[in-house]
Amino acid sequence: MKPTSITHHPVVWQLASFVLFFGLWEVAGRWPVSAAFPPFSQTFLALLEMLKDGSLARAYWITVQPLLIGIVLCGIAGVGFGVGMGLSRSVEWLSLPVFIILQAAPMAAIIPLITYFYGIGLTSKVLAVVFLAAPVIVMNSYKGIRNTHPSLLQMCRAFLGTRSQEVLKIILPHAAALIFAGLRLGLAMGFIGIVIAELMITPTGIGDLITYHSSVADYPKMFASVASIIAVAAITLHALERVERMLFPREIRGA
Amino acid sequence: MADDAIVEVRGVGKTYEGGVEALANVNLSFPPSQLSTLLGPSGCGKTTLLKIIAGLIPPGAGEVWVKGARVHGPGPERAFVFQDFALLPWANVLRNVAFGLELRGVPPAERNEIARRHIAEVGLGGFESSYPNQLSGGMKQRVGLARALTVDADIILMDEPFSSVDEQTRRKFQEELLVLLRNKRKTVIFVTHSIEEAAYLSDQIVLLTPRPGTVSRIIRPGMERSKSPDEIRRDQRYLDAVDEIWQILKHHVA
Repeated sequence: MKPTSITHHPVVWQLASFVLFFGLWEVAGRWPVSAAFPPFSQTFLALLEMLKDGSLARAYWITVQPLLIGIVLCGIAGVGFGVGMGLSRSVEWLSLPVFIILQAAPMAAIIPLITYFYGIGLTSKVLAVVFLAAPVIVMNSYKGIRNTHPSLLQMCRAFLGTRSQEVLKIILPHAAALIFAGLRLGLAMGFIGIVIAELMITPTGIGDLITYHSSVADYPKMFASVASIIAVAAITLHALERVERMLFPREIRGA
Repeated sequence: MADDAIVEVRGVGKTYEGGVEALANVNLSFPPSQLSTLLGPSGCGKTTLLKIIAGLIPPGAGEVWVKGARVHGPGPERAFVFQDFALLPWANVLRNVAFGLELRGVPPAERNEIARRHIAEVGLGGFESSYPNQLSGGMKQRVGLARALTVDADIILMDEPFSSVDEQTRRKFQEELLVLLRNKRKTVIFVTHSIEEAAYLSDQIVLLTPRPGTVSRIIRPGMERSKSPDEIRRDQRYLDAVDEIWQILKHHVA
């Protein structure tokens, strides 16, 4: 066996990257950098414990609800708005400025305002997700529609396509890949939104785990909670990216 | 105007927003079952004229008549072949070729059968399930041509169809095109900036002057089409036509 064949495999390097990262974490935790910074081994054990006693599962059951409701709302209304803006000038003039401002605004500053209007319940948390996720979902759908290749539209007209055929057979398939990418990026923003909401509005779900374990100085469990939400977000988004590449391979995608 | 013309262009002018006058007072008639080229330097409005005939762009002045009816938009008797192919990247060759029929609501089994026949005719048999990005420029344009043939229009409008195809492919394609379209007795209006292409392919060559585009001369090379491609290229009438066109066009080239 040639020695180079192992080092040429990307998985080897990816695994090495994880080993290096967790190794450094272990060393830094044992040094110690701070009393509040547990080594990787303790954090990992804390994570297993929380998995076993069911507290992690209960927390995610609470956290995932507003996240999913928010993303589904954005998926329907946001894509609808974006497509509407792409297809009609009037809808574009009406709503484009709002979404450009929303996209640029630091959303965390709006969350206290949401609490002021809608209290501390599920509604506020769903809204936090929506406010963060909607702009990128709307803007991606809008751009996907607006960037339809003009000669494809002309081709559709030349072969006697109607306006609805133009939308259904040319514009929407052309925009599909960008719309899907928008939903994925929206979900990434939604993860940020839900964690901010659970930390700022009222501690529930994973936000509760982080706040609680930090207040009783159980740092391994606090770090395990933080690490778990990072891992969940990363794995979900990576999986969606794979689905995206499977659904819209580069050779056949429009936009 | 000739009575037997299938396409007539009467006093057509077009000025784009911003004041660029692309065409001014163009009068032309196209005889049926012949191949006419619109030839001129870039900026002479030849593509604009073709798209006005197609009904894709409204004329600023004048009118276009096709088979005795005034043109207000695209129609079933005209099919268009695009310079940049305009193929759906997410659809395979079969669906792209059948797309014109799909838009007309022809059932899948029927339109696919018609499409397969034309795919074979343009020499793409076996590529039915390939996607456009897997094809060369020449093959993509064969798909574009097959799509135009499936809708069985009498008039085929071609906008510089070979401009992004390499020279060798182009020659072969031209030769096959001549045979195919003559056998089908289609009326073809063909935009090109290549003098050799125009002289080789055409029954009638319309020379346009640039900015604004007007008809400067109509040339009929008068070659016998029974000759082989290589004979045509050595025919004195072909060489004379190329020379005559160049003598006129060189005054317009900056």
